[in-house]
Amino acid sequence: MQTGAKRSVDVAKYMLLLVGAVTMLTPLIWMVLASLKTLPEILAFPPTILPKHVNLDNYKAVFKTADFVRYFINSVIISAISVVSVLLTSSLAGYAFAKFRFPGRDVLFVVVLATLMIPFQVRVIPLYVLASDLNLLNTYGGMVLPSLVDAFGIFLMRQYMMSIPTQLIESARVDGAGELRIFFQIVLPLTRPALSALTIFTLVTSWESFLWPLLVASSPDMYTLPLGLAQFAGRFLTRTDLQMAAATMTVLPLLIVFLFMQRRFIEGMATTGLK
Amino acid sequence: MARALQFSLYKWLLGAEKTFVGLDNYRRLIFEDGDFHKSVLVTLYFTVLSVLPAIALALFVAVLLNGAGLRFRGIFRTIYFVPVVTSLVAVAFVWRALLEPSFGLVNTVLGWVGINGPGWLASPDWALPGIALMTIWRDMGFYMVIFLAGLQAIPREVTDAARIDGAGPWRSFWYVTLPLLNPSIVLAAVIGVINGLQLFTQTYVMTGSPQRLPGGPLGSTRSVVLYIVEQTFRPLEMGYGSAAAFLLFVLIMIVTLIQFRLIQRKFEY
Repeated sequence: MQTGAKRSVDVAKYMLLLVGAVTMLTPLIWMVLASLKTLPEILAFPPTILPKHVNLDNYKAVFKTADFVRYFINSVIISAISVVSVLLTSSLAGYAFAKFRFPGRDVLFVVVLATLMIPFQVRVIPLYVLASDLNLLNTYGGMVLPSLVDAFGIFLMRQYMMSIPTQLIESARVDGAGELRIFFQIVLPLTRPALSALTIFTLVTSWESFLWPLLVASSPDMYTLPLGLAQFAGRFLTRTDLQMAAATMTVLPLLIVFLFMQRRFIEGMATTGLK
Repeated sequence: MARALQFSLYKWLLGAEKTFVGLDNYRRLIFEDGDFHKSVLVTLYFTVLSVLPAIALALFVAVLLNGAGLRFRGIFRTIYFVPVVTSLVAVAFVWRALLEPSFGLVNTVLGWVGINGPGWLASPDWALPGIALMTIWRDMGFYMVIFLAGLQAIPREVTDAARIDGAGPWRSFWYVTLPLLNPSIVLAAVIGVINGLQLFTQTYVMTGSPQRLPGGPLGSTRSVVLYIVEQTFRPLEMGYGSAAAFLLFVLIMIVTLIQFRLIQRKFEY
């Protein structure tokens, strides 16, 4: 049934999408290929596509000068603490806001919403002073300090928990279930989609966080991946080959998680895009 | 927040005595500090340069992907989204190399079509557009996902009805789809602008070197946040930076409110 005109429109569509897709992937492919090349090859004109000999020398050289394994572990520790803490505090606070009446509840919720509007850069100086007063500079405690509680998470969980029927909670209470049990066995399982979106959002933000670690972490053994990469690449500014090897290692972990959980990632980012 | 406001009234080196100076920090920022004024302009310029094209492109791609009977939709969506989950610091270094004036890939490709590429990060006029280019590349997929979700919420009957009434694809997009997509566009614009006004990582990574502080050349990429960090954490002077941060917050609020006013018109159907 396709007419010639319709078909040529279709072809044009696919061509456009394909050109766009190639453009989107080129920087990343270039990064991986460059990480396998020698420096003269990268700088060659006209540019080459594939490396002459695939070798991992750049990666070995990176590991020799900077402890990227350590940075990776630091990133994992900090992200894990942030995710667990945000999930716990957001769901508990969200539950309280959604299902309990207590004096000052609405005022308090407005305060939470108001903090949502304040960009991190405004809070960063008081936070830094706080971390410094608590002697938390250059410690894990200091690194996770700003990401333990998230106003957006509280908001998200509250909105989601509003939709849980109150009768369900009350009948459990009548059946003699304790408050904690109601929370963990009835409420939490029902909010799984919101929890999963919040997990992904918190993971990405804390994994990506750069300004705060830059200010707080002063010794290399506290560096996270982005910070470690920035310091390393800053030291070897002309060594594009080494930089690209280090960049590839920094990009990979989250990319792998993404490729395995694409659907959840995209949905989660679209839901939490509100922030 | 209250503490930020309080700090902003002092002259205060961390670890030393605070001196109350009232609104003097604000007076200096607003009336005297030319570097701060420039950083505000740089930040606003960057926001326009990065957000508008990214949203337009994302809208275009989302509409293409949403077309009926398109194959490989999932694969395209994934590819366009991938840059969003890449490490910003890492891809900033990648783009620093891609934008290198003489051997960088961007200028090489421009050379193929006969354009003599600019000096990008080495040039005061082109450094910020270069950073914006990288930001467009990285954020487009995020906006695209928001638009795809918005497009899927538009009932098929509405666009079908427009077609039956004789509207061509272009007219039906312009008069039916676009107005219905308005909430998604507002959402994307607000998020984009808030992110744009907080520009820091890209310019820190792409313009710094051991010889010169980030923000160059000639301060052409020094954003407000970069300026705050420079003013606060090099001498550890907490007051002045707090005042600048507070002004940034006010700026973000004003711009966001204007956006809601400008874009959020009510459409009925």
